[in-house]
Amino acid sequence: MPHLQSILHPAGIQAQRISELWWTMFWICTAVWFAVAIAASIAIVRGRRAAAADTSQSTITRNVAIAGGVSLVALFALLFQSVVIGRALDTLRSPDALRIQVTGNQWWWDVQYDHPVPSLRVTTANEIHIPTGRPVVFNLLSTDVIHSLWIPNLQGKIDLIPGRLNELWLQADTAGVYRGQCAEYCGLQHARMALVVVAEPPEQFERWLTANRAPAPPPVSPEQQRGRDIVERGPCAMCHNITGTLAGGRTAPDLTHIATRSTIAAGSVPNLRGYLAGWIADPQSMKPGNRMPPQGLRAEELQAVLAYLETLK
Amino acid sequence: MRGPTGEEKKRHDEQLHARVVHDDPRLDAAALEHDRQLLGRVWKNSRGFIGWLAEVDHKAIGRRFLVTAFLWFALGGILAALMRLQLSRPENTFLGPDLYNQVFTMHGTTMMFLFAVPVVLAMGIYFVPLMIGARTMALPKLLAYSYWMMLFGGIFLYVMFLGNTGPDNGWFSYPPLAGPEFGYGKRADVWAQLITFSEVSSLTTATCLITTILKHRTPGMSLNRMPLFVWAMLIVSFMILFAMPAVMVSSTCLILDRLVSTQFFNHAEGGDALLWQHLFWFFGHPEVYIIFVPALGMMSEVIGTFTRRPVFGYLAMVLSMVSTAFIGFGVWVHHMFATGLPQFGQSFFTAASIMIVIPTAVQIFGWIATIWTARGLRVTTPFLYMASFFFIFIIGGLTGVMLASVPLDRQVHDTYFVVAHFHYVLIGGSTFPLLGAIVYWFPKMTGRLMSERLGKASFWLLFAGFNLTFFPMHLLGLYGMPRRVYTYPAGLGWFNMNLLATIGAGIIFLSLLLYLINVIGSARHGAAAGDNPWEGSTLEWATSSPPPSYNFHPQPTVASREPLWHPELTPPPVIGLDSDHKEVLVTHVLDAEPDHRYPVHGPSLWPLVAALATSLMFIWSIFNPWGTVWGSIPILLALIGWFWPTQGKKKLERGEFGTRLSLREGLW
Repeated sequence: MPHLQSILHPAGIQAQRISELWWTMFWICTAVWFAVAIAASIAIVRGRRAAAADTSQSTITRNVAIAGGVSLVALFALLFQSVVIGRALDTLRSPDALRIQVTGNQWWWDVQYDHPVPSLRVTTANEIHIPTGRPVVFNLLSTDVIHSLWIPNLQGKIDLIPGRLNELWLQADTAGVYRGQCAEYCGLQHARMALVVVAEPPEQFERWLTANRAPAPPPVSPEQQRGRDIVERGPCAMCHNITGTLAGGRTAPDLTHIATRSTIAAGSVPNLRGYLAGWIADPQSMKPGNRMPPQGLRAEELQAVLAYLETLK
Repeated sequence: MRGPTGEEKKRHDEQLHARVVHDDPRLDAAALEHDRQLLGRVWKNSRGFIGWLAEVDHKAIGRRFLVTAFLWFALGGILAALMRLQLSRPENTFLGPDLYNQVFTMHGTTMMFLFAVPVVLAMGIYFVPLMIGARTMALPKLLAYSYWMMLFGGIFLYVMFLGNTGPDNGWFSYPPLAGPEFGYGKRADVWAQLITFSEVSSLTTATCLITTILKHRTPGMSLNRMPLFVWAMLIVSFMILFAMPAVMVSSTCLILDRLVSTQFFNHAEGGDALLWQHLFWFFGHPEVYIIFVPALGMMSEVIGTFTRRPVFGYLAMVLSMVSTAFIGFGVWVHHMFATGLPQFGQSFFTAASIMIVIPTAVQIFGWIATIWTARGLRVTTPFLYMASFFFIFIIGGLTGVMLASVPLDRQVHDTYFVVAHFHYVLIGGSTFPLLGAIVYWFPKMTGRLMSERLGKASFWLLFAGFNLTFFPMHLLGLYGMPRRVYTYPAGLGWFNMNLLATIGAGIIFLSLLLYLINVIGSARHGAAAGDNPWEGSTLEWATSSPPPSYNFHPQPTVASREPLWHPELTPPPVIGLDSDHKEVLVTHVLDAEPDHRYPVHGPSLWPLVAALATSLMFIWSIFNPWGTVWGSIPILLALIGWFWPTQGKKKLERGEFGTRLSLREGLW
C-alpha cells in the first residue's frame, strides 16, 4: 500500500490543513532560495570583473535594504499563515467526539474505548478503529518513558509523557488503513513501535465496536480447548488478558480479539500463523529486548495455542 | 561605559602617535634583531615529552585542539557511516538495535560536544591573539587545562563505548528514558559526565577568549576595529558563559537522580520530565548558534580577503551576530512543540524562531553585496567553501523557518526532515565554512599553501556527496520516516532514498579523505606561502608563517580596520615591552589604550595534573557518589600547586606604556 504513512497524502481535515501550510511554505521558500542563489551567482560572475567595484555605495545599501524588507514581509506572511492554520486545527474540538484512551508502553500501544458500563469498555492494542467523518480525540498517557503518537496521514504528533495528560484531535475523512509510529525515541525497540489506524464508515465502526465488546468465543475443537488451557494455566496469563477466560494479566497487549488484528508485535509483522508461531516460540529473535520472555512450549503445545488464538475473532 | 566620540577617538590616535616615536633606538634593525633572539629564547616552545605536556603556547594548544577535534570528527563520521550502512536497506541486520542506539547517540554527542564546539574554539585559540596583535592568549595555563579536559573527556567516552557502556539515550538524553528506572547500567551516567567534561573545557576556553579579546588587543584596535572573526569569537564566548550553566544544572540533576536518588525528573515524586527538556534546550539551542556564529566570522574574513574589499556593512554584521546570540536564547521551546504546551505560549516561540532569520538574512545580503562590488574577485578553494554557504545553508535556514511553525513542526518533528534540516544548517553553515577557513589559514599555520587542484576536487566531491546524502532525507521525513530508528519495514517507499543517502555518505567519505591527503601532503610539500599569500587585511598576515612563538616583534599597532591594506595609516609599533622575560601589554576594554604590562606564566605541568585530578573525580563519581568527596582532594592539591605564589621573582618597573605592573602576579 503506497503512502500509508505520509504527510503529503492527507486523509483527514487536520492533515489536510497542515499539508496546505506545507505547500504554501514550500513555494515561498523555494522562491526565496532561487532569488538568493541567483543573486549570489550573478555576484560571483560580476565580482570577477574589476569594474564591479564601481557600483555606488548608496545603490548597494538601497538594494540590501530592499532585500531585507522583502524577507521581512515574507517572514510575516509565513508567521501569519502558521498562526491561522494553528487556530484552524483547534476548531475540531467538539463535545460529541469519540474519546479513545491510548497508553504508550515500551514498545506497544494500549487502546481503550470508554463506556459508562465498565463491562462494555473495549480494550485492544496497536490497532485503532475510528469512524470517518467524526472528530476523534485521543487521551494520551504513558506508563514508562516519553512516547509520541504520530499518524501522518491524519494529524501531527503529540507526546505521551508520564505524569501528564495530552490530547490529540483528528478526524478521518477518507476511509482507509493508515500506519502510525512512535516518534519520540523511547529506547531499544523504538523502531518497532508502530500501530495501525483503520478508518471506516460509522456503521462499520459500530459493528466492530459491538463485536469487540463481546468476550472471547469459547474454543470448539479439542486442540483449541487444549490451547486455551495452556494459555490460562501457562505463563501467558501472567501478562495477557483474554476477556471471558481465566487469563487476566494487564501488563501486555489484550488478546481478546487478537485474530481480528492485522499485525503483531506493534506493527512489526503481519498477523499470520507463521509469524505468530515464530513470535510465541522466540519473541526475542523477532524484536530483541521486548518484554515477552521465551515460552519454552513443546511443538504440539505451540500448535494448540496457535489454534486457539486463531479463534479469538 | 560610554563609547568614545569621533573627536575623542581622533585625539587618542594622535596621542598614540605622539607616544610612540618612530626613531626610537629600540626600533633599529640591530636592536630588533637582538630583541627577537632574546624573545625567541624566552618564549621558546618547550622541548621533549615533558616539555610537550607542559606547553602553554596558544598556537600549540590551538593546533592540538584542532587535530584532536578532527580526530573525534573522524570517529563520529565513521559512526555515521555505520548508521548509513545499516539503513541502506529495510530490515537490515548489520547493526542490532542495541548497538545502533549507542552509535547514533555517540555520533550526536561526539559531533556536538567533541567536534563542533571544540573545533571553532580551536580556530579562535589559534587566530584570535594573532588577529588582535597580541603576543599570547590570556590565562595560558587555564587554556592548557581546557585542552586536557576536552581530550580526557573524549578518551573517556570512547573507552566506555568500546567497553559496551556507550550512552544510548540520544545526545539529548531525555529522562525518564535516561533516568534511574529505565536507563540501565552506567550508560546514561557516562553521557552526563562527558557533558561535564565538555562544559568545563568550553567554559574555561570561553574565559580565556573573552579576557584575551577584551584586554590584550594591541593599541589602536578599538572594539569597532576588531576583525569580524574576533567579534564572532567574543560573542560566542559570552554565549558559552550563559548557555553552559543550563546544561550543567540539568546534567548534574540527572546524575544526582541516578546516583543518590534525588527525584528531579520523576513525576511520581513531584519531579517533572519536562523540566529536563526546558533546561536542556535552553542550552541546546544556543549551542547551535555557538557552532554557527564563528562560521559567520570566518565567512566575513574569507569573503573580505578574496573580494579585496572590506565586508559590506561592518556595523550591521556585528549587530547581526550580537542579535543572533540574544534571540538564540529565546527560541528553545521550538524543540518542544510536540509536548503539548499551551498554544499561546508556543506562538511566542514561533515568532522568535522566525525573527532569528532576520540577522542572518542581513549578513547574507551583506556578503552578496560585498561580492557584487568586489575589486577583482578571486575564486579560490576557501572562497568556494564560503560561497557554498549561499546554496546549502540557506536550504537549512528555510526549512528552519518551516520548523518554527507549530502545526508543520508537529508533523515533521522527529522525522528525517529534521535530520536533513540540521545537517544542512550545521554542515552547510559551519563545517563548510570551517573547512574553507582551514584552507585559508593553513599557510599561516604551516608556512605552506594547500594544493588548489586537490582542494577544488575535494570541495566539489563534498558538495555533491553532501547534497546526495541529505537532500533525500527531506523527502523521507515527508513520507513519514521517523528519526532514531535502527530499521524500517519494506513497502513504505523509504528504500530508494535511504540507498541514495548511503551512496552520498560514501562520496562524503571520499571527499574528506582527499581533503586529509591534501592537508598532509601540502604540509610537507606545499608551495611556500610567505607571510601574506592571499593579500589579507588583518594582523595575522603581518607576522611570519608560521608565526614565531612570541607572535610579533615589534608588536604592531593599528589605526584602521584593515591595517595591512592601509600601510599609510599604520602607526609605529609598540615599544617598551621587556624581551628578557615573558610579558604582554594589557589595554583598555573599549579603545585598547595601553594600560599596563603583565607577566605571563608557563610552561607548567600543573594544568595537566589538575586535569587528571578533575577527570579522576568525574569518572570516580559515576561509580560511587563518594568519589565527588574524596576525588576533590587531589584537585585541591593540584590547584595549590598551580596557584603557588611566584612573587618576588620579577621586579616591578615602569614601562613605556605601563602604568604599573600588576601586583596580582602569579595567579594564573
